[in-house]
Amino acid sequence: MTVSSAPDPTPVGDDLPRAEELLGASGLTFAYGTVPVLEGVDLSVRAGEFVALVGPNGSGKSTLLHLLLGSLEPEAGHARLFGRLPSALRRRGRLGYVPQRPNLSSELPATVREIVAAGRLTDGRWWLPMSRADREQVEHAIASVGLADLAHRPVNELSGGQQQRAFIARAFASEPSLLVLDEPIAGVDAASQRLFRDSLVHLIREHGAGVLLVSHELSAVADDVDRVIVLKRTVLFDGRPSDLAAEGVGSLGVHAEDLPNWLEQLT
Amino acid sequence: MIAELALPFPFELGFMQRALIACVAVGAFAPAIGVFLVQKRLSLVGDGIGHVAFAGVGAGLLAGWAPLWTALVFAVGGSLGIEWFRARRRTSGDVALAIVFYSGIALGVVLISLGDGVSANVLAYLFGQPLTVKPGEVGAIVALGLGIIAAVVVLRRALFSVVTDEEWSRVAGLPVATLSSLLAVLTAVAVVAAMQIVGILLVAAMMVLPVASAQLLARSFRGSLAISAAIGVGASIVGLALSRVWGLAPGGAIVLVAAATFVVVAVTVRALESGPSTEVADR
Repeated sequence: MTVSSAPDPTPVGDDLPRAEELLGASGLTFAYGTVPVLEGVDLSVRAGEFVALVGPNGSGKSTLLHLLLGSLEPEAGHARLFGRLPSALRRRGRLGYVPQRPNLSSELPATVREIVAAGRLTDGRWWLPMSRADREQVEHAIASVGLADLAHRPVNELSGGQQQRAFIARAFASEPSLLVLDEPIAGVDAASQRLFRDSLVHLIREHGAGVLLVSHELSAVADDVDRVIVLKRTVLFDGRPSDLAAEGVGSLGVHAEDLPNWLEQLT
Repeated sequence: MIAELALPFPFELGFMQRALIACVAVGAFAPAIGVFLVQKRLSLVGDGIGHVAFAGVGAGLLAGWAPLWTALVFAVGGSLGIEWFRARRRTSGDVALAIVFYSGIALGVVLISLGDGVSANVLAYLFGQPLTVKPGEVGAIVALGLGIIAAVVVLRRALFSVVTDEEWSRVAGLPVATLSSLLAVLTAVAVVAAMQIVGILLVAAMMVLPVASAQLLARSFRGSLAISAAIGVGASIVGLALSRVWGLAPGGAIVLVAAATFVVVAVTVRALESGPSTEVADR
């Protein structure tokens, strides 16, 4: 199966004044040895946008994320994080990041509050004691993901969904203007998915943040995503979810398995 | 000089009081570093650095300099070398450790053989001999320990972030390389400060065993720091007392008390955890 729409990196809402670009890529190309992984990838995420990046397994999503965040260097092209080369950006308080599988030891006796408080270490504050404003922001971030009652509990006693919400709260704690999430709802229960969706919408609507959600399954946020980018080595589609539905995906929101099935059939 | 205090048996004598101060200091600062090493899955790194410190002891004895300080220079260099290997993934963590382990001990043996050979002095560093520490050495151990604890207090949140989620910390803009190097240096300082008390061969035990117990008891990272230091101090006092009463090697006695504490804590915690579910199953 192929996608008929030409890649279009233009953001939705061309008639509106363009919001600040938070994250971007131009002609991004990367290979592991002689195996090409990404070729000429262009994309852009602007303030107030909710963008989903989808692709089948092995499509290069994780590599693209590492390039966008500066932990890998491209062979050609360049990435932009707040208008700068990611590797050159030292003060990263405006960036919130939720990794795919946080590398937490199962024996770690760390509370939700301790995990979330790490979000206040950005922008050179890593050696300073917590201020009252820091503490208030940590509690606010914990409450925003519905974990206020569990803030004192060790993270390793929580369910997978609750743990993931703690890591999302850590990203919220730095008051980010850009949130990047790598497969955050994989294996998460329905209640946590609903809270997760509400938290993202709140961040976008109330704080004008931009969100890049990397996932292979969008049912929890199907009604809220502004733009979907389909990746398989290069950008195959970049447009509204409704236009993607016209490509034969079916509904993003009704049948959770439609999108993953469609992605795996991409050639 | 440290004046003798009016303490009861077995700490009534001056040399026991000096040993007590040094042991309590080691019991507090070694686990404070160990908490981070255990989370970083580098529980045995203290052992590797101890071996490098042994080469430093050999160099100090050969040159006629204070072995504490030559060991410190070697240990800091070795710990930064391990971190360099680990961070660049030039080789797997255990291979990097093995290279440092064996190079360090071999260099130490060669340097010592160039001098007077294995003497009681060398054995004190290998197996620990807190009963013979001089007042100046107690002062150095306490000063190094206070430096370590002050650094842990200031850096604990950043180190916690780096050792529990290095990828996230890097993306968030924390100076991961600097913090990892600082942890390596603090580990080296802790090993050298503790080596005269529990010995190079057992120094890593005081970094790991109290932490292993604390992880079973604590319900927060802050709690695990406090509990591991408390267990370390307690094991040091009890181990030193038992060594006097029963004529045991103090370093070994302290580590055995820490190990016994872990066994008691593990069995008790498991019994408490399995108790209620057994009752439910019986109904």
